[in-house]
Amino acid sequence: MKKFLSWGYLILILAFVYVPILVLVVYSFTDSTVVGKWSGFSLELYKDLFTGERIRKTIINTVVLALISASLSTILGTLGAIGIFYNKKLLGKFVKNANHIPVINAEIVTAISLALVFALLGIGRSYFALLIGHVVICAPFVVLSVIPKLKQMDGSLYEAALDLGASPFQALTKVVIPEILPGIISGFLLAITLSLDDYMISAYTKPTTFDTISTYVYNAVKNQNHSDLPALRALSAIIFFIMVIAVIVRNVSATKSLKNKKEI
Amino acid sequence: MTSEEKIIELIDLSREFEDGTVAVDKVNLFIRKGEFVTFLGPSGCGKTTTLRMIAGFDRPTGGKILLNGEDISSLPPNKRPINTVFQRYALFPHLNVYENIAFGLKLKKLSKPVIAQKVEKTLKMVDLEGFEKRSVATLSGGQQQRVAIARAIVNEPEILLLDEPLGALDLKMRKDMQLELKEMHKKLGITFIYVTHDQEEALTMSDTIVVMKDGVIQQVGDPKDIYNEPKNAFVADFIGESNIFSGTYLGNRKVRFIGQTFDCIDDFPVNEKVDVVVRPEDVILTAYGEGAVSGEIISCIFKGVHYEMVMLVGKTEIVIQSTVERKVGEKVSVKIDPDAIHIMAKEFSVNLYDGYITKKNTVCFGDGEFQCDVTQLYPGSFLDEEGYLITADGDKIDLTDVNVKVEVGLKDIEISDDQDLGGAIGNIVSMIYKGDHYQLTVRTDENEEDFVFDTEDTWNENDRVSVIIPKEKIKLSLAAEEKK
Repeated sequence: MKKFLSWGYLILILAFVYVPILVLVVYSFTDSTVVGKWSGFSLELYKDLFTGERIRKTIINTVVLALISASLSTILGTLGAIGIFYNKKLLGKFVKNANHIPVINAEIVTAISLALVFALLGIGRSYFALLIGHVVICAPFVVLSVIPKLKQMDGSLYEAALDLGASPFQALTKVVIPEILPGIISGFLLAITLSLDDYMISAYTKPTTFDTISTYVYNAVKNQNHSDLPALRALSAIIFFIMVIAVIVRNVSATKSLKNKKEI
Repeated sequence: MTSEEKIIELIDLSREFEDGTVAVDKVNLFIRKGEFVTFLGPSGCGKTTTLRMIAGFDRPTGGKILLNGEDISSLPPNKRPINTVFQRYALFPHLNVYENIAFGLKLKKLSKPVIAQKVEKTLKMVDLEGFEKRSVATLSGGQQQRVAIARAIVNEPEILLLDEPLGALDLKMRKDMQLELKEMHKKLGITFIYVTHDQEEALTMSDTIVVMKDGVIQQVGDPKDIYNEPKNAFVADFIGESNIFSGTYLGNRKVRFIGQTFDCIDDFPVNEKVDVVVRPEDVILTAYGEGAVSGEIISCIFKGVHYEMVMLVGKTEIVIQSTVERKVGEKVSVKIDPDAIHIMAKEFSVNLYDGYITKKNTVCFGDGEFQCDVTQLYPGSFLDEEGYLITADGDKIDLTDVNVKVEVGLKDIEISDDQDLGGAIGNIVSMIYKGDHYQLTVRTDENEEDFVFDTEDTWNENDRVSVIIPKEKIKLSLAAEEKK
């Protein structure tokens, strides 16, 4: 009985989380205009998705933005983490705590603050502003995923590299970076997902004519009569599957590296 | 193997950490070319910090390091012809055995065939042929150790530093590696500087041993000297088993301890208080009544090659090692040959501190506040009701903040678990058994003030205790500048 209850509870929770998404996925394979009406299996919505000029451009915009901002965040975040780790003094502590603020701060606050700063600087709403905005929210997460790897690393490795004749820069590139690479990669993936589904920052910093998937979806839903609305079901389904694959890939690689560690 | 040429010279070398602890305190030492030198001492004695300064990982805060006569104190580690074998090996996990060993050579931009040839030769030397492609994670501790050594010596350094390299290996493997390292030292002909807390390791391998304690060198010498002629009670206690007794030098090569007078070969000022060290294997069992001292066996443990017995003479315990077994309770006598009696100056005969008098006419010193008798500062003086000192001449003196010298004898300090009882609080940092009592050192946290005293009670190292000194046992005198 106890087992039954605990299983029931678990299933209920999972259902709450996943049923809405599954409904969306199922209805992405029909071409009816409203969810709830099944008008036969069809891939029409997927076709719309890839032929509709506007929606295709939006997807490309979003992916390109995610790749650029995640790359920048990864470089900045990794350097930041290394700096924090090797600077044990007050400065390191200060930077580490300062790094937490964008993570715990309400995104809307970050977004409005950024918009204000950009307006003051005369950058205003621009692609540059959007890019910086995304880096601001992604980089701290890269720092957070790289620091544990640095802590796990044998502290003498850097010294060993210097001892064998490496300059500090060579020690960094030949020993430290390869050693913390798993952390850097997971930080990069995290940054991509954060950038992909960000709405707040984008909404406040993007140029008016420019749309990412999230701002596009939001506007489409707001103006109910939008003709692209059904196609968004297909888009959501695709995003969902990409995320599922990303999560699986990450977990598999994580268990693999764990196994490697255990063999030592 | 060793020449007279100095390869490394440490001059007044000091290292103070940011928190104010002095890890290495004005160390002066030279190391000859080709020598196998071991820094030996308990953890925290500064041996590893000294090694790290020679390697270049730590910058000295005072003094300098000369390599072949040139100051290298500010040279970064990658510019020094010195390589290190790290305590936990520090192999690069993302590289295989070959790549690990070739790391330094590649940085030197040697050609591929030269690198391959050097790596192969070195792998052969450490008995790891055929391991080139193996991942370092799949190697055993001993094999990783060999890779670490190979990675260092392949660069043909002038000096090889080894930081407790055998600490992580099991006993059998450690013994094998000790001999192998010694062999390697002979073959390579370069200078080895080795750090360990294992006295047996140091005695087995070294040409020269440097015993350190609290950042200060206690003794430098070859293993036989260090073992047979320890300079002080610390060295004697740290290297091998020893009986340490308090004694008095009577003059004319006679010394008195455990209630008897013995012949000895050392010379000291007459009536000097001394520490007497006798190795357990130098205590010779004789028939009852025929030796110098007699007593009763109170414990006997079989140790394989010999028996370790403890004999009680009066209140003093003497540890004896002998191949002959004597049962517990048996009455025995022992004799000690003159050349087995090692006499050294007593490290401490009194505790001295700088202190000052407070408003309440107590005295602050050694990170604590103690009740004291301030009238001893001025002969014939007394305190009035307001706490002012009235001298014999009738002058009224306010003693607040007056600097004083404080003297406390070794027998005048007590300690207690109750931290509210005493005037200062600290941890027991050392405990040396002296036959019938222990000599303890209690060190305070703030300024690391030491209270050294004798006690018959058993305590444990690192116990946190408060220091109690009876009012009448605190001897005060005015600090020199106040007298002017």
